Amino acid sequence: MSYACGVVEVSALSKTYRVHRRPPGVWAALRSVFRRHTEPVQAVADLSFHIAAGERVGFLGPNGAGKTTTLKILAGLLHPTAGTVRVAGFVPFERSPAFLKQITLVMGQKQQLLWDLPPSETYAMNRAIYEVPKADAEATVRELSALLEVGDLIHKPTRQLSLGERMKCELIAALLHKPRVLFLDEPTIGLDVSMQAKMREFIRAYNAQYGASVLLTSHYMDDVTALCPRVIVIDHGRLIYDGDLKALVRRVRPDKRLTFRLSAPVERAALERLAPVVSHADGQAVLTVAPERLNTTVQAALSTLPIVDLSVEDPPLEEVMRELFRGAVAPASGPAPQTGDAA
Amino acid sequence: MTGGPPAPVRAADGDGGSFGASLRRAARAYPTLLRVGLSEVVAYRAEFIVWILTTNMPFVMLAIWHAVSTEGSVGRFGSTDFVAYYLGGWVIRLLTSTWLVWELSMEIRGGTLSTRLLRPLHPLYALSAQHLAALPMRALVVTPVVAALIAAAGDRLAIRDPRLLAVFLVSLVGAWLLIFFTMVLLGSLAFFLESSIGVFELWLALHSILSGYLVPLDLLPRWVARIARVSPFDSMLAFPLETLVGLRDLRAALGSLAMQWMYIGLMALLGLAVWRRGVRRYVAFGG
Repeated sequence: MSYACGVVEVSALSKTYRVHRRPPGVWAALRSVFRRHTEPVQAVADLSFHIAAGERVGFLGPNGAGKTTTLKILAGLLHPTAGTVRVAGFVPFERSPAFLKQITLVMGQKQQLLWDLPPSETYAMNRAIYEVPKADAEATVRELSALLEVGDLIHKPTRQLSLGERMKCELIAALLHKPRVLFLDEPTIGLDVSMQAKMREFIRAYNAQYGASVLLTSHYMDDVTALCPRVIVIDHGRLIYDGDLKALVRRVRPDKRLTFRLSAPVERAALERLAPVVSHADGQAVLTVAPERLNTTVQAALSTLPIVDLSVEDPPLEEVMRELFRGAVAPASGPAPQTGDAA
Repeated sequence: MTGGPPAPVRAADGDGGSFGASLRRAARAYPTLLRVGLSEVVAYRAEFIVWILTTNMPFVMLAIWHAVSTEGSVGRFGSTDFVAYYLGGWVIRLLTSTWLVWELSMEIRGGTLSTRLLRPLHPLYALSAQHLAALPMRALVVTPVVAALIAAAGDRLAIRDPRLLAVFLVSLVGAWLLIFFTMVLLGSLAFFLESSIGVFELWLALHSILSGYLVPLDLLPRWVARIARVSPFDSMLAFPLETLVGLRDLRAALGSLAMQWMYIGLMALLGLAVWRRGVRRYVAFGG
């Protein structure tokens, strides 16, 4: 299973929509009957990247950055305005059956399960459409059901399932044909914390088992941190970072988070003498420390404060992203990861 | 997890998009699609019954014309002819109509068409199976009406002439196909227009008059009837209906059959062309 450059190859991709704009009011409504004013809106601009077989890549950006548009282009739903895209060797918008059998697009807010029928009926339909031999399809459903702990849910009408149960059944429907490329758009949206963790485990297991490439968008940074060694960050449709997640964190927020649990109350001033305080409440303090001052700060804290527990971490990815999108750090590209880095 | 992934298939391997290949794929998937479609119809049986109740217009028209004809024939129509015409019309309409235009319009505007476009089978195959799957339930409902029709006007019906019966059955299939492709065309307008349903309603108004749904074409002003008989609306209802109730002889029915299948070809080409152009413009809202 090797592709010349990557499973996903995107070069100078642009997508422009024409959007109807109309000021409020009756007069504007009447005028728009005869003369519609449309404006071009650039959703994706000159975007280039590639993804190797088996890589797990996070696709990040603020709302409206162009992430979902890009995923829809990669899945063949949208035609690009300019640039070239190849996925598994195919031009996606031609939507050849051979291409569609190799990919899946899971959109957390859209469902393919038949609403009034049990998920097993959707699986039967997908099995026929994707031409998966019956025994293989049954084995896959059994395996995926076991991994996701779905049990008998697949025989209950979809409308009677909870959101989490439905998402698990959706994933099985999306993976029944064992796609090699997974485009996951907010796959954990609306799920509780334990269900999110289960989904992540599942995606990781599928990636490891089948060597599938994964491109994931999520507003839950825990998804990205847990799953994606590499991230592609876009804003206003343009690439602002492509590289190692840890390198991005180091570049944008090089300081470390020093967290103490304290056995007795401590004045805030005592903490501020060590380093800037991020939070201080309920017997816990969090300081932000430059990496080169980490050793001396830890030693000073241990000798002056009633510490019962201490941990050093990178700042949360949410903060890193906020800072990146605020423009506090100049856009920069990280080194392109080597094939297999992320698998 | 056990078992490996399928061997990678490249474009050159030719699991391609040729019409023949897609037809073979559809043929293999069709039995399952029909079975799942039937399960859906059964799940939506309440909506189905409500929909049946809304198709009562032929019975209203029958009551009116029946009352009028008790005082004497209207053109070629006596009271039994009206019974045969409107019962037959209701049966044919029930067997050939589809709600595809609503479905397509909603899916295109809401972005849910994406799910169909992501599957390796042309969405129109799946949609046609979904609609054909409704036929057994519809056949169940029309059976007593067909029995009543035979009891009331059996001597007028095409069933007494096997050649006319064959033409009628083919015209029934043709009417379904013509309406299906017309709905593809009208539904695909949602790719371009925000008010595609408005266009459909205009079409529906024309259909009600020019297909003979409300009034037999014979009873329309002559110039309107002349237009109706060469329009595709004739092929959708009036032709199979008039053949069924003995208002078109074999020669006329064969001529109408040729015209019907010409319109099917035309509408299929037009519908698919608009669909293809539309898919290029599709913006896949949502998600």
